[in-house]
Amino acid sequence: MKVLVPVKRVIDYNVKVRVKADGTDVDLANVKMSMNPFDEIAVEEAVRMKEGGKATEVVVVSCGATACQETLRAALALGADRAILVESDVALQPLAVAKLLKAVVAKEAPGMVVCGKQAIDDDSNQVGQMLAALLGWPQATFASKVTLGDNNVTVTREIDGGLETLELKLPAVVTTDLRLNEPRYATLPNIMKAKKKPLETLKPDALGVDVTPRLKTLKVAEPPKRAGGVKVADVAQLVDKLKNEAKVLG
Amino acid sequence: MSILVIAEHDNSALKAATLNTVAAAARLGGDIHVLLAGSGCGAAAAAAAQLAGVSKVKVADAACYADMSAENMSTLVVAQAAGYSHILAPSTSFGKNLAPRVAALLDVAQISDIIEVVSADTFVRPIYAGNALATVQSVDAVKVITVRTTAFDPVGQGGSAAVESIAAGADQGLSKLVGRELTKSARPELGAAGTIVSGGRGLGNGENYHKLLEPLADKLGAALGASRAAVDAGFVPNDYQVGQTGKIVAPQLYIAIGISGAIQHLAGMKDSKVIVAINKDPDAPIFQVADYGLVGDLFQLVPELTAAL
Repeated sequence: MKVLVPVKRVIDYNVKVRVKADGTDVDLANVKMSMNPFDEIAVEEAVRMKEGGKATEVVVVSCGATACQETLRAALALGADRAILVESDVALQPLAVAKLLKAVVAKEAPGMVVCGKQAIDDDSNQVGQMLAALLGWPQATFASKVTLGDNNVTVTREIDGGLETLELKLPAVVTTDLRLNEPRYATLPNIMKAKKKPLETLKPDALGVDVTPRLKTLKVAEPPKRAGGVKVADVAQLVDKLKNEAKVLG
Repeated sequence: MSILVIAEHDNSALKAATLNTVAAAARLGGDIHVLLAGSGCGAAAAAAAQLAGVSKVKVADAACYADMSAENMSTLVVAQAAGYSHILAPSTSFGKNLAPRVAALLDVAQISDIIEVVSADTFVRPIYAGNALATVQSVDAVKVITVRTTAFDPVGQGGSAAVESIAAGADQGLSKLVGRELTKSARPELGAAGTIVSGGRGLGNGENYHKLLEPLADKLGAALGASRAAVDAGFVPNDYQVGQTGKIVAPQLYIAIGISGAIQHLAGMKDSKVIVAINKDPDAPIFQVADYGLVGDLFQLVPELTAAL
């Protein structure tokens, strides 16, 4: 079975995000970019499926600017077999990405798509579910455990209040939560090998997908700052403040 | 203009998140209908009919909605979507699972996790873990929206909506629920609690977490939460996690104990009304957002606080 893993190039999770002075966006100039952390977990899970003999090939796909090649190479260094870049200079929104991925699925016919539950830039949490809907496939979002059977996959999901286990018919879409696995580090030999793995480039037009944005960003602003308060000397003073100043204790 | 709110419930009662979602719908102005699908869900539907501002409750009561799977629910919502300008769901694990599926089937964008309604087509939503706020305008005919529940005060009672049965769709047969392990607790739900006592790695282990925090939470009638570090270290289950990737909370009182205050934790609790931090490190980032900070040994201070209440 072939597994398809979409990956997104995002601002590195360690970078402190700054809003541009003109309020149009956050400042991405000269900022370190990396693979979305949830997508890294998805790549790791797919590679483990291959290592466990359950998957035959891991194909990674990224939709976006030419620079996404770096992200794809990073995924290849983690153990993916080949990569597809759907190249576009348009700022792609989740629905457009889901449509592009649907077209890639039609070409590649994977038995499963594993993707991150959300990207840490726009925090939309949409693409996996949208792709499943467009394909008419079942979905299991927020996965913390994935067990592949012959014609099905059993997924434990993190839901409000606990865990839920679903059995999905294959093909299916699974989106990863934090605790599914701990991604490996790419070794130097694997980084070198990744440079020689195949990377194919496609265009949205050739896939017949209209990627026109549906949402217009009117403004990006800093959130209101929360002013730090005071340090109290002891428990008695804390209780007094909570009762008489903040009035949150009866 | 008519708005459809997708109810989250457990068949016998509405989840609190539904009340916040109806509140967001009320900000849009217009006729508010609630769509409620379940199995044996009459009691939940009756509760929805009593929500202030709701004029109609559409109920699909069928076995195929017992597990509320996104596959079966989404086709039902799409079948009911005609005539609505907005479709709203809470930004909970239920709503986040379902709404994008609905949006894709309608071929519209989804606006995730809104915290403010600016106008009928313009909304504010956090991006980059809440480090920036984007004001976005939708050009689609139907707006599919998930609502950050903590940003909208729940609606009250006092409504008397008509309850209407609607036809159930076919079971897609794509997925099957094997089981749910829900944390059993007499405490309030984390997302809806007025007071939260939250613990971090500073507690050292799960035994200390329970020994120190439970008596304090009992005294305050509080829900228990945790930082990602405490969850990753196995002190408590996943669903205790407060933060960007866990629960977003905004209680009246949030007490952070042994939590240093990583950005992703702050993203989940910084909208709390009053924040108290107890930590031995005076330079911990949590003190930058805390209204009241107490520097010292939590193993001594927490029992002292519990005794003083």
